[in-house]
Amino acid sequence: MAQAAKLCRPGVIAAYPITPQTHIVENLSQFIADGELDAKSVNVESEHSAASCVLGSQAAGVRSFTCSSSQGLILMSEVLFCIAGMRLPVMLVCANRALSAPINIWNDQQDSIAVRDAGWIQLYAENNQEAVDLIIASHKIAEDPKVMLPAMVCVDGFILTHGMEVVDIPEQKDVDEFLPPYNPPYKLDPKNPMSFGLLGTPDVYLETRYAIQKTLGDVLKMIPTVGKEYQDKFGRDSLRLIEEYKTDDAETILIAMGSVCGTIKDVVDSQRKQGKKVGLLKIVSYRPFPKQAIKKALDSAKNIGVIDKDISLGSDGALYSEVKSVISSDKKISGFIAGLGGRDIKAKTVEEIINLSEKEENSCRFIDLNKNILWEEFKTI
Amino acid sequence: MFSILAAKPKSSERNKTGSWRSTKMPRLLKKECINCGLCAYICPEGCIEGKDKNQYSVDLDYCKGCGLCAYICPKNDVKMVENQPQGESKEK
Repeated sequence: MAQAAKLCRPGVIAAYPITPQTHIVENLSQFIADGELDAKSVNVESEHSAASCVLGSQAAGVRSFTCSSSQGLILMSEVLFCIAGMRLPVMLVCANRALSAPINIWNDQQDSIAVRDAGWIQLYAENNQEAVDLIIASHKIAEDPKVMLPAMVCVDGFILTHGMEVVDIPEQKDVDEFLPPYNPPYKLDPKNPMSFGLLGTPDVYLETRYAIQKTLGDVLKMIPTVGKEYQDKFGRDSLRLIEEYKTDDAETILIAMGSVCGTIKDVVDSQRKQGKKVGLLKIVSYRPFPKQAIKKALDSAKNIGVIDKDISLGSDGALYSEVKSVISSDKKISGFIAGLGGRDIKAKTVEEIINLSEKEENSCRFIDLNKNILWEEFKTI
Repeated sequence: MFSILAAKPKSSERNKTGSWRSTKMPRLLKKECINCGLCAYICPEGCIEGKDKNQYSVDLDYCKGCGLCAYICPKNDVKMVENQPQGESKEK
């Protein structure tokens, strides 16, 4: 991921260390120290400062990169809204990790889901190859003069960030051809002074939000086009709205995001061998949310199971609610909360989810729950 | 799609804040004024100015229509009248 960020030639990198993201920026600092990357690495005192720093540098017309996880991303959240509101195409890699309390450094997707409304493009990678591709390809969309919105590539903490995997790293020459230097339609410049993010009175604020919403609608149309362009150049179709895996005639379709899709594909393969018509719908672009594509992909399905590695406490899983709002009511749809705080989602877990999806509907069923450590009243141990 | 995003210097001189006003606005009749200055002192927005009898004016870009100027005027020389939308009420 550091290699991919380096290939995009960022001019400013600012991040604060947090597990499991740290070694991405650590490697980038090393590239700068070794003279392999001509960029400025800014040491900051918090994630709030890191985000503020890349906001400033991007506003000054420099391609900027940051990285965070969990508490760090949440500390950034104030600035994340500002970056999108000021229409600055900052690039962020989120190494997905659970949120405190209790403190937990392991993987789930609660952190990026919690900032889904900030106005950022959010893409979820299944493996490290996709992470590399999405980092490079999403720059092209984010920096399009008609878009100018920040992009967040979400990678599952540890599962991807600490995973060993053979990855094809594109050549610098090819990336340079694909991704021209950042040339913003507006920037901070003493010769042409301008201020960003000033007071938006009730007369203008609503319109600024409408504009972002409209632009994210345009991004929905751009993702397949730029994805095709990337595929022509590098041979991989990682950038897409959704991936349909054996869904054509599937009666039961699971829906998920991120690394768990690899496990699900394995289970789908083995169940297909036994003659069960199951499939997987992987969501790559969560923001903008590809409603039409999802609706079309679920055409043949009778039973749908949505796996969320997050929960909107007091409601349901985030992905479940949004998928449910799209599909027709004659389909059976169930939501499952699994893998929170680094709990493994194993093949057996996926099989259980498939079986449950085919039975009665559940809106928010916790999978692999150990009731022995739940009490009705406060107890210390 | 974009909406207002950036501003050039000095835009605050053109762009007015506080776009609302109550249903009434003051009209200075400029007949009985004794230059006591009470209307200017009591105005919470500080938008009444003047130095001489019958020479006071209201900055209607910022007037909120509270009516305190009319209330305090010892000569009943300020009258609250029906509001007009901002920009169209350029009476000074």
